[in-house]
Amino acid sequence: MAFLEVKNYRKRFGDTEVLKGISFSLEKGEVLAVIGSSGGGKTTLLRCLNFLEIPDEGTLTLGGEVLFEAGQGKAALARLRKKRLHFGLVFQQFNLFPQYTVYKNILLAQALLAKEAFQRKKKDFAAVLKAAPPSERKKLKGEQRKILSEIRANQKQRMEERTERLLVRVGLSEKRDAYPYQLSGGQQQRVAIARALALSPDILCFDEPTSALDPELTGEVLRVIKGLKSSDSTMIVVTHEMEFAKSVADHVIFIADGVIEEEGTPEEVFGSPRSEKTRAFLRSSEQNRLGGEDA
Amino acid sequence: MFWQVTLNLLEGFGVTCLIFAATLVCALPLGLILAFGSMSKFKPLKAVVKVFVWIIRGTPLMLQILVIYYGPALLFGWGFLDRVVAVIVAFVINYACYFSEIYRGGIESISKGQYEAGQVLGMTKSQIFFKVVLLQVVKRIVPPMSNEVITLVKDTSLARIIVVEEILKVAYDYTIRGLIWPLFYTAVYYLIFVGVLTLLFGFIEKKLNYFRV
Ligand SMILES: Nc1ncnc2c1ncn2[C@@H]1O[C@H](COP(=O)(O)OP(=O)(O)O)[C@@H](O)[C@H]1O
Ligand SMILES: [Mg+2]
Repeated sequence: MAFLEVKNYRKRFGDTEVLKGISFSLEKGEVLAVIGSSGGGKTTLLRCLNFLEIPDEGTLTLGGEVLFEAGQGKAALARLRKKRLHFGLVFQQFNLFPQYTVYKNILLAQALLAKEAFQRKKKDFAAVLKAAPPSERKKLKGEQRKILSEIRANQKQRMEERTERLLVRVGLSEKRDAYPYQLSGGQQQRVAIARALALSPDILCFDEPTSALDPELTGEVLRVIKGLKSSDSTMIVVTHEMEFAKSVADHVIFIADGVIEEEGTPEEVFGSPRSEKTRAFLRSSEQNRLGGEDA
Repeated sequence: MFWQVTLNLLEGFGVTCLIFAATLVCALPLGLILAFGSMSKFKPLKAVVKVFVWIIRGTPLMLQILVIYYGPALLFGWGFLDRVVAVIVAFVINYACYFSEIYRGGIESISKGQYEAGQVLGMTKSQIFFKVVLLQVVKRIVPPMSNEVITLVKDTSLARIIVVEEILKVAYDYTIRGLIWPLFYTAVYYLIFVGVLTLLFGFIEKKLNYFRV
């Protein structure tokens, strides 16, 4: 069984069915490129993977564990928050938090999770203390306090080191104290990538990470994403940059009207597409690219 | 004479300030509750709040003061509220409704992307509200809030309709007795008060200038 298995994902909004049974699988460490003309359902697919939308039908298995199975009712949906952490998502529009510095943007989610873990630990300790005989409580309390402060210090150090490392990885160490509005689009998107990486998701998704950028800024973002490939991360990239898809992807799927019209290795999909729709799409995107260069 | 008038007006100004402060302290949180009510997914609650806000914003504050003061006595034969209390209750209700609309506008102006970014980072709803959305909302609503609060300063003069001894009432009583300048003199108090508030809001706006939304 593959690392990620998506089976028969379906999603409708009102009367329109946007995903009409999408199935694919992905091995750990692989990069999947998703291409297709706009309105085909690519964003909806990513949103379903991240549980921003709940599929009407289908199952999702990750590392052998069933993360999602349609029709399990409200209780299962309530538990989705933790399951979201298996996935990261980089948005087309960055969606950085404007009131925080670059550093804090990357740190925030880690800090909140660490705090939750810390509070749980504290509660456990309090319960232990209550159960202990009164004569030993004072000593125990002192010990607990020491352990807790160590845990906190450890957490802090780990988060800070991690954040610094991520800043280096996206090449923005010198911008750590800048606010989002002070950055170019390309820099903002790199921060968003670091922010998504901060929680070490099993699978990182990108929704057209460069289409909100000026053409001269796409290169730096694509380079960062390519750089991630060398490590062991598994990625799903929705993109209009065909050259990028060719060079970075292990697998490509072409989505049209809510179904996977074609899939295979980059060589197969770009080199010898079987479906007429794929050929038409590739022709028109090639024309757009050339047209864009002329202009 | 001048000092006597100044002191008397100051006393009235104290009542004005009391109405002002009590209204802010109660209406600011109450407005937030109403705002959440008006955005609730629970349709009946939403409808009730919206109708309530519509009625309060759609009728004069002066009328509301009269209803709150005379209503319980005339309709149910209950006693009268203390005049100042009645005024404050009317102001709190009225301003909570206006504030709620400002809050709602602020909250709804935050892009869906901010919530979603929080969600995919595993944040809870309350974490998203307090850590991500709130400060952005505050920044957005400071300008309309400052307008509303400055209006409140001047609206306090409506209290004289049920003979509350706020500053304008005190001055007006002089006028009835043939002395007109204290009435104009009140402007000094209002202007100083509003001036201080303007500086304060300017300060808050500047404090929040370090980021853009
Ligand atoms: N929340 C929604 N409500 C209604 N329709 C939606 C919603 N989200 C997406 N759609 C529709 O689903 C279709 C696919 O959209 P999308 O997934 O964004 O495609 P893509 O990312 O491939 O351009 C579009 O026709 C879009 O209008
Ligand atoms: Mg899209």
